[in-house]
Amino acid sequence: MQLKSYQSKRKYDPILPGSEDWPVVQISRNRKEFIQEVSEAAISRIKELTRNKTALIEELETTLYKEKARIKENPWKVDPDDDYSFWSKVKAQLVDLSQKRNKDQEEVDELLERIVLRYATEVAGNFNPSSYRFARAVATFGFSRLLNAARLKKFGAFWRNELTLNDKIHINGEVEKLRAMAKKGTIVIVPTHSSNLDSILIGWVIYTLGLPPVIYGAGLNLFNISLIAYFMNSLGAYKVDRRKKNVIYLETLKAYSALALKKGCQSLFFPGGTRSRSGKLEKDLKLGLLGTAVEAQRINIQEDGDKAEKIFIVPVSLNYHFVLEAPSLIRQYLERKGQERYYVENDEFSSSYKILTFLFKFFTKGSDISVSIGEPMDVMGNPVDDDGYSLDPKNRRIDIKDYFISQNKVTINKQREEEYTRMLAGKITQQYSKIARVFSSHLVAFCAFEILAKRNKRLDFFSLLRLPDEDLIIQFPEFKNTCKLIREKIFERVEQEKMTVANHMLEDLDSVIEHGLHNLGMYHAKRPLIKTDDGNITTMDINLLYFYRNRLDGYGLEKYI
Amino acid sequence: MDMASKSTFKKPIGVIGAGSFGLSVANLLAENNRVLLYARNPQVVDEINKQKVYDGFEIDDQIEAINDMKLLAEQCDIIFPVVPSSNFREMIQTLSPYLHPYHILIHGTKGLELSLGEGKSLSDYEVLERKHIRTMSEVIRDESVVVRVGCLAGPNLAREISQKLPAATVIASHFDEVIQIGQQLLRSDRFQVYGNKDLIGVELCGVLKNIIAIASGALGGLKLGENARSLLISRGIAEIIFLGRAMGGKTQSFIGLAGIGDLVATSHSTLSRNYTVGRRLAEGEKLEDILADMKEVAEGINTVRIASKIAESFKIRAPITEALHRVLFEGTTIDEALQYLMKYPLNADVDFM
Repeated sequence: MQLKSYQSKRKYDPILPGSEDWPVVQISRNRKEFIQEVSEAAISRIKELTRNKTALIEELETTLYKEKARIKENPWKVDPDDDYSFWSKVKAQLVDLSQKRNKDQEEVDELLERIVLRYATEVAGNFNPSSYRFARAVATFGFSRLLNAARLKKFGAFWRNELTLNDKIHINGEVEKLRAMAKKGTIVIVPTHSSNLDSILIGWVIYTLGLPPVIYGAGLNLFNISLIAYFMNSLGAYKVDRRKKNVIYLETLKAYSALALKKGCQSLFFPGGTRSRSGKLEKDLKLGLLGTAVEAQRINIQEDGDKAEKIFIVPVSLNYHFVLEAPSLIRQYLERKGQERYYVENDEFSSSYKILTFLFKFFTKGSDISVSIGEPMDVMGNPVDDDGYSLDPKNRRIDIKDYFISQNKVTINKQREEEYTRMLAGKITQQYSKIARVFSSHLVAFCAFEILAKRNKRLDFFSLLRLPDEDLIIQFPEFKNTCKLIREKIFERVEQEKMTVANHMLEDLDSVIEHGLHNLGMYHAKRPLIKTDDGNITTMDINLLYFYRNRLDGYGLEKYI
Repeated sequence: MDMASKSTFKKPIGVIGAGSFGLSVANLLAENNRVLLYARNPQVVDEINKQKVYDGFEIDDQIEAINDMKLLAEQCDIIFPVVPSSNFREMIQTLSPYLHPYHILIHGTKGLELSLGEGKSLSDYEVLERKHIRTMSEVIRDESVVVRVGCLAGPNLAREISQKLPAATVIASHFDEVIQIGQQLLRSDRFQVYGNKDLIGVELCGVLKNIIAIASGALGGLKLGENARSLLISRGIAEIIFLGRAMGGKTQSFIGLAGIGDLVATSHSTLSRNYTVGRRLAEGEKLEDILADMKEVAEGINTVRIASKIAESFKIRAPITEALHRVLFEGTTIDEALQYLMKYPLNADVDFM
């Protein structure tokens, strides 16, 4: 299926004209009350999980132990100054409690409350409509200037407006449907995640499509970088600290997300959790935050019955020829695969300077990005019609309420909802592999790597990655034949609506190969694929080649090589 | 807990299929609940409602037979489909327009379906993929909006259950809710119900054991003794595990009540249909003749056909299945098949844990 293309410089009207109406504005205007609400919800979640006082105290002790370890072993610049003293006080109180024979329920509750409130305040975003507009204007202005200056190469081009971001970033797919559903309910956008650029890119896409800003969980580590921190804060990010894996923190985070959704805040989760280290499309999704969408839908139904606000899940695939962090991502992946080893979170996205250099390169050299919007679904992964009703495979309407009903009543059943979340995750990954746009660069990377793999099929995976240079050369005719065959197989799958290709893939084979070789990882110091002097193909960095090859993993294409 | 407590379910429980196992399930359910029993044939409905005896089974007073799928779906939130695998998809297709996501379906069918696409047959495919083989829970998911699906499997010989002898069963589902409901509905002081989260694994237990049941019948027909039968059962479970894992089941499920439990019961039950097929083959009858005078379907025959293709496609060693395939469809005699098995180069005893 060729997705509908919206490459024209088309402008979309905002769905909710005034920023007053944005739910995200409502939340941040009443930030204090919202944090209070989140705390209360989190506390009742935690109590439900721990059930009695002894278990709760145990949970508090585990949390304390983990937090102490975090402060000692893995401190970050963004951590608050009173981190140490806060947890010392918690410790004192817990020691105190453990010595009493009759453990006072009130005292335990108070301690839990303080911790949860601290977490909720830390997580909460600080959205501000005017700095949102400012940040966006700066970004759009800055990008356009760079683009015009670089592409038109004329004196004075810096101030021209002939090219806009629309020329650089193509948005395809179910745009109209997404806009229609945004008017009918609460949208949850779930994009693939391969680069830290994703957050900024998707923010721009959401603005371009006229959707109200989304709130999204961004890794707290990104707030270490001042430039990104500024954009994140103003774009509606809330903070997710991946170091904190204790139950109290995780439940606070879920309470935050569920409550924001309940209030109609459009949200964005990267369901893969972190950037895809291997370059593969995400298969194992993190179910925690995704589950809050299912939960919020059930709460809406419980509270408003048939008038309940509906939640729509929209998978989005972000497609690049080039991923800035690819070298370190694939290194981490291989290290993990080789053996579990501690690795440092430090990559090409680690400083403002490096990001600016990347952005400059991105806008001054030609390498396009495409964003594919998938089919909006309900929280069960069913497709929806133009009026937002859920449909079964025979296109009959389904009442979403019925999924939560047991013996005529809407009931709360955590295990049921966990299972539903797992089913939803399955539907999301199915859509990813269907809407991910295959670029020429993915094709050439896949073919080259698989030729080498087949030629050396007796080698184990790691030996394959250590092949000497002279064994890495592929004769051009062989390479071209393979590309031809694999492209045909891809087209067959496009026909069956299992894959999607970029328009440039339809050109004649020689141009597609040229285009692919030119664009594949074009800014890396060591190019994943180059032509040798005598016109054959080789790689300067087989790990990187593997990273880009992985975009076509999971379609069963390797068997044709 | 008072095991014979009155049910908390206001609506009647549905059962689809008036075969021997369908009737047993309906009778078990009727101890605590009202039951609506769907039968395809109006005469059967009549007979059940009037005579209160059918096919040698006494029918509990709480059971009412009906002939209307729509009524069944409207009246019952919880339905137990128990129809042969060859009719299963068609049955769900008929029922599907009346089903909603609040329905809970727990099936009791021990068979597989081949889903090959319009006009294709097994010989059109060199290798089968997993998607071509559907378990009954997958057929339910394919054809309806019901998501809370479960299955019922275990050593449940219909005749013994109707005589109210003690027994147990396994309810498998991804949903705790479904397992709990199944337990509430079926548990009594002589019927125990275990839960298992591995739905596919438990379904495959019930399906694959039928292969070994046919083989056991053949051994019985040849009067080869109990050493041979034990050999068959223990090699059989290994084979079931290899085949079952390839299709997505977990090893643990196969060594539980639905796996080993059901296998032992069926391999010793001279009355079971699959056993009977094996015995009559060994006594020299032809498959067509055996099938011609059997009243109910022996699921095992179809299962052998599918499983041997699976073994071939997924490169699994399944000598018993292969040997049976030759006997059933390729004209090999039982004696030759036995020779083949006894010469099969096996050495490891337990290689599946």
